[in-house]
Formats: sequence, structure tokens, C-alpha cells
Amino acid sequence: MKVHEYQAKAILGEFGIPVPRGEVAETAPAARAAAEKIGGRVVVKAQVHAGGRGKAGGVKLADDPAGAEAAARQILGMMLRTPQTPPEGIKVLRVLVEEASEIAAELYLSITLDRGRGAHVVMASQAGGMDIEEIAATHPERILREWADPALGLQPFQARALAFGLELGGAAFKAGVALILNLFRAYLATDGSLAEINPLVLTRDGRVLALDAKLNVDDNALGRHPEIVALRDVNEEDPLDVEASRHGLNYIKLDGNVGCMVNGAGLAMATMDIIKLAGGAPANFLDVGGGASPEQIENAFRILSSDPSVRAVLINVFGGILRCDRLAAGVIAAVRKLGLHMPVVVRMEGTNVELGKKMLAESGLNFASADDMGSGAAKVVELARAGAGGRA
Amino acid sequence: MSVLVDRSTRVVVQGITGKEGTFHALRCEEYGTRLVGGVTPGKGGTTHEGFPVWNTVQAAVQATGADCALIFVPPVAAADAIMEAAAAGVALVVCITEGIPVADMVRTKAFLGRTRSRLIGPNCPGIITPGQAKIGIMPGHIHAAGPVGVVSRSGTLTYEVVHQLTQRGLGQSTCVGIGGDPVNGTSFVDVLRLFQEDPATEAIMMIGEIGGSAEEDAAEFVRAHVTKPVVGFICGQTAPPGRRMGHAGAIISGGKGTAAEKMRAMEAAGITTVRSPAEMGATVARVVGKKA
Repeated sequence: MKVHEYQAKAILGEFGIPVPRGEVAETAPAARAAAEKIGGRVVVKAQVHAGGRGKAGGVKLADDPAGAEAAARQILGMMLRTPQTPPEGIKVLRVLVEEASEIAAELYLSITLDRGRGAHVVMASQAGGMDIEEIAATHPERILREWADPALGLQPFQARALAFGLELGGAAFKAGVALILNLFRAYLATDGSLAEINPLVLTRDGRVLALDAKLNVDDNALGRHPEIVALRDVNEEDPLDVEASRHGLNYIKLDGNVGCMVNGAGLAMATMDIIKLAGGAPANFLDVGGGASPEQIENAFRILSSDPSVRAVLINVFGGILRCDRLAAGVIAAVRKLGLHMPVVVRMEGTNVELGKKMLAESGLNFASADDMGSGAAKVVELARAGAGGRA
Repeated sequence: MSVLVDRSTRVVVQGITGKEGTFHALRCEEYGTRLVGGVTPGKGGTTHEGFPVWNTVQAAVQATGADCALIFVPPVAAADAIMEAAAAGVALVVCITEGIPVADMVRTKAFLGRTRSRLIGPNCPGIITPGQAKIGIMPGHIHAAGPVGVVSRSGTLTYEVVHQLTQRGLGQSTCVGIGGDPVNGTSFVDVLRLFQEDPATEAIMMIGEIGGSAEEDAAEFVRAHVTKPVVGFICGQTAPPGRRMGHAGAIISGGKGTAAEKMRAMEAAGITTVRSPAEMGATVARVVGKKA
């Protein structure tokens, strides 16, 4: 789960990490009031779950409260488009108004999981404020890394090594070491999957400050973090994804016109792949889970069919223990209830598979059965193409 | 022959009194697995569906000599259950649970490193040696004993390949689901090493996913150490970057972990790769036939 910059900064602040003074505003007059309270020059920053906001016009400097109001008026309500947003952009509903800082150097600091080592890794670089993935690709030597002991955590000597590597000196060195250790504490305490400060700035008066902050939390750990769940902003998520997660379905919308409904994530990905190989394009990833109960099938159909680009659906369920007659009954009931007309190709494996096929054939609905993944994919792609008037 | 489990493996089920634990304990026993009992804290001394129940894994091991633990404990308590099994000296710990917080697994993996236990999973279907022992949630009847070792990060996609193999008359030596999480116990490399050493395994089918670099590590191991034919498939060829495809571990980030990259690494290591998941069984048959 992602949280907004202002939320991440509030959390980091609780862990003793210095962040600029700021306030969130949902209207331009509120932004003005915030700027008055802060005093001096301020930065007005769009609050959306995406990076690259500055280049897209979502971050503006203002010299005074009137300027802050004008900047907020421009940013609020805009569809912010960055390389990390959907093509149509994300609507900006909030801005963060913050004191402007006198920057001497822009650094980079982050913590994430190193899967290969099974350990959390702290990364730091003097090349802050830039696209870190590009730095990693072109100048890997400019990124310093320290791996935290899985049982004991990050040690002070490791934080010192990073702070020396960042060439921090004097008071900034001490503050930098504390900041690194505190960021690690915050990352662990929130079950972070990513904690990133980019840029971490060294100010002209020798302080270190988290000018930006990103915090992603492990979805599997949300059960023990009600305080973070409360920060969820569904405006930032695809409405269909939100609806799917409410029903315990894993759904990701894609660009094609062949809907697919599969049990299990690996088989779901493989089904998308085979649709592509058959000359079609998958409209989604959808994992209904191991059981594929009638309720799940109905919810899945409702979500699939609300995507207007879907022309045909492939159901691929490898049940094993699952009874195919029950699956067929669930599929038939869902299609009837939702009044779907588009063709549905069903490939299922499990017990009573012949009975299941017979039920589908005799339902009078637009079903086709397939004996294996390959023929199922070929069939559904052909039907989708016909449904799209030859376009696919 | 087989790897890791056979008809002599004595299994204790942690979380046996739960819905999933009960259901699958019974299915495993029906298959012929030596299921010696279960563990549910607070229900020690009782009997559940004919299985004796203990409060601790330690007590279960003392009473039964169990050398394998099968875990159906909810995600928040699963890492603790894994450590309990390892601390009790259980040699093989199989964790089915999906959704364990990754930070828990980081700590647990470090803990396991100080014991002699091997963990399979979490978030996996388990392990089966056809005709001998089924320790997991896979449908037993689709398997057949034979020469192909199967190792996979996914669940139902593993059933798919096993089904394709069995339909072609190609049985399996052992099938190991290593799980779809970013931090897991047993890696592809671990299982490939076991298959290479197992005289009953003549060919290996390996199913990977997008995300991470476990498949690349496996390819390097195959290049250097595996003389048996290996067939590989990577699912997620059409997955968009930055989106988690169901499994916590299945995500392309920073342009790394794509299916194309993994397929290239596998091909460079001499692994026969399959583009279409419908061709997995046929490709293994071809490779095995060619060898004979």
C-alpha cells in the first residue's frame, strides 16, 4: 500500500526524522492560510501517489501567501500526468504547503528488501533528486549499500559508513547518522516495503532534511497496522481494483479485449501469455483464488464485464479437488444473473468435468468448452476478434 | 527414489484443527502419507478426526518421531510456527500459508540458518512424491510416479504441467512448489541440486515467474552443475512493469525481473525454454525422448 507524501512525512516525523514544516490544503484559500502560518517562501506540492511531479507542473514555489494561493489554484483539480501515473493522469485533490529550504546538496536515501540476500538493504547516494534507477544502471558505483542483519537490524557503524560515504561533516554527519538509523526504525515499525527520501537535502545552514518522502507498506502486514490502513486513499486506485480487492480477488486491468478468469496467480499469468501467443491481447489479470466458489465467480464476472473493452472471456480453472459441475453451475448462474451476452470459453479440470461441460452446453447460453489451455486460447481470441468486428 | 520425502516421512500438521488444516490433513492421509498427528496450542491431549493433537511441536516430535511439519497456520502466526518446528528439530518444514509479512520471513530465514531444518514455501502447494507421500494441497490424483522432477514458484500452474506430463505417460519423481513469496526457504538451486543427485530423476521441469532473480541464479547453477536435461517456462511474459501479479514476489521493478530476461538466461545456460504453457508437457517428452 502506498501513502501520500504528507502522510509519510508525518510518520517519519514521529520517528525523529527532520522534515520541513508544512500543512495539507484541499482548497486555494486553505493553502494561503497555511502559507501565512508557515511564513516566508513556501513550496506547494501536489499530493498524488506518483513520482515525477515537479516536471509535470505539480510542484510550485511561492514567495508569499498570495502566491501560494495562486499556485494551489493551478495545481488543485488538475490531471497530473507523470511517467508513473496512468496515461490520463491522476486528479489532484490535495496540496502540501511547506517551508522552502535553502539547499546546499541533494542526496538520496532508501531502504527496501534485497530478495536475493533475504535482508533489508539501505541505499544512499550523493546523486539525489534524480532518477535513481538510471543512476543504478549507468553509475552503480555511486550508490552505497549496507545490508541490515536480518535478526539484529542496522548497526550504528553501518549508518556511519553511509554518512561518511555521503561526505557529511560536523553536525550534519551526526544528524545524518541519526536520520539513517531512525529511517530504518520507521521502515521496520511500519512493515515498509520501501522507504525512500529523495532528495534528502543538506541545507545551507548545515541541517539534513527529508525534502520528499515515500513510504510503501507490505500489503501482507496491513492486518497489524490499522493506523496505516486508515491512510488509504482509494481515489488514487483504479476503481475496478478497489472493487476486486473488496471481494478478495486479484485483478489488474490491461489493454486488450480478452477477459480472463483463472484460479491461481501463476496460471493466471500463463493464461495471459497464451492469449498473446494465440494472437490476442489479455484485458486483465484476474486470480479468483484456489477455490473458485460461486460467489467469487459472480464477483469476478461483474468486475470483468464492467470493462467495456472486453469482447470475450476465457475461464481457465484447474481445480483438482474442485468439482467442475459446481463450477459450471456457478458460471451459469452468474451469467444469467448479470445478463451477459458476450461469448465465454470455459476450460476446466477437476472431478466431474464431463458433467460440467454438459451443463454448459445445455444452458442455452453463449458458452464454448475447451479441452486444454491452447485450444481455449485460440477459441477465445477468435471470438473476441469476431466480437470486435474483425478488429482485435 | 525421490527427493526430500517418501513413504517413510512422518508428518505432523500444525494448525490441524482449523478448516484448511483438517481438510488437507485428511486428503494427505488418504493419499497414503504417514500423518502422525497435529499441533494446535491449547488443544493438546485431544483427538481431531482421529489424529492425536499436541500443544507444541516439541511434544509431537517426542511422541511420534515426526520428521516433517506441514503448516496451515494463519499468516500472522505462521512465521512463529515455522520457527517452532525448526526449534523442535523437524528436518523438513512445509509452509502452505499465503500472506506472511515479508519482514517476518526475513527474521525467520535467519533463524532457520542456525538450525538444520529445511523450509519449503511459504505460499506454496507443498511437495509430493507420487505414489508415496503427498505433503501439501495439490490434487494427488493428477500425479503419477516417474522420471521427471518438477520445481515451481506457482501452484495451479504446477498442476497444469503435472497434468500435461501424466497425460503423456510421463510420471514425476518429486514435485516441489517453492512458493511465490519474495523471501522463501528452499530455492530453485536447492531443488535442482537434489534432482541432479537423485538417480530416479532423469529430466527436470522448472517453472519460474517474473520478479526477482531466482531463475537467473538457477540458470547459472544448471550451466555449471546440472547434466540432466532441463525444460524451463517463465510465466508473466505479458505482465506490465510495476504491478504485482498476485504473488508478492511476482513484480517487475526497475526493468528487472522480466520474463524475457529470465528466458534468455535460461537459454544461455542450455535449458530448453517453452514459450507456450500448453507445450510444457510436450517439450519435456521431446527432451526425454531425444535423450533415450
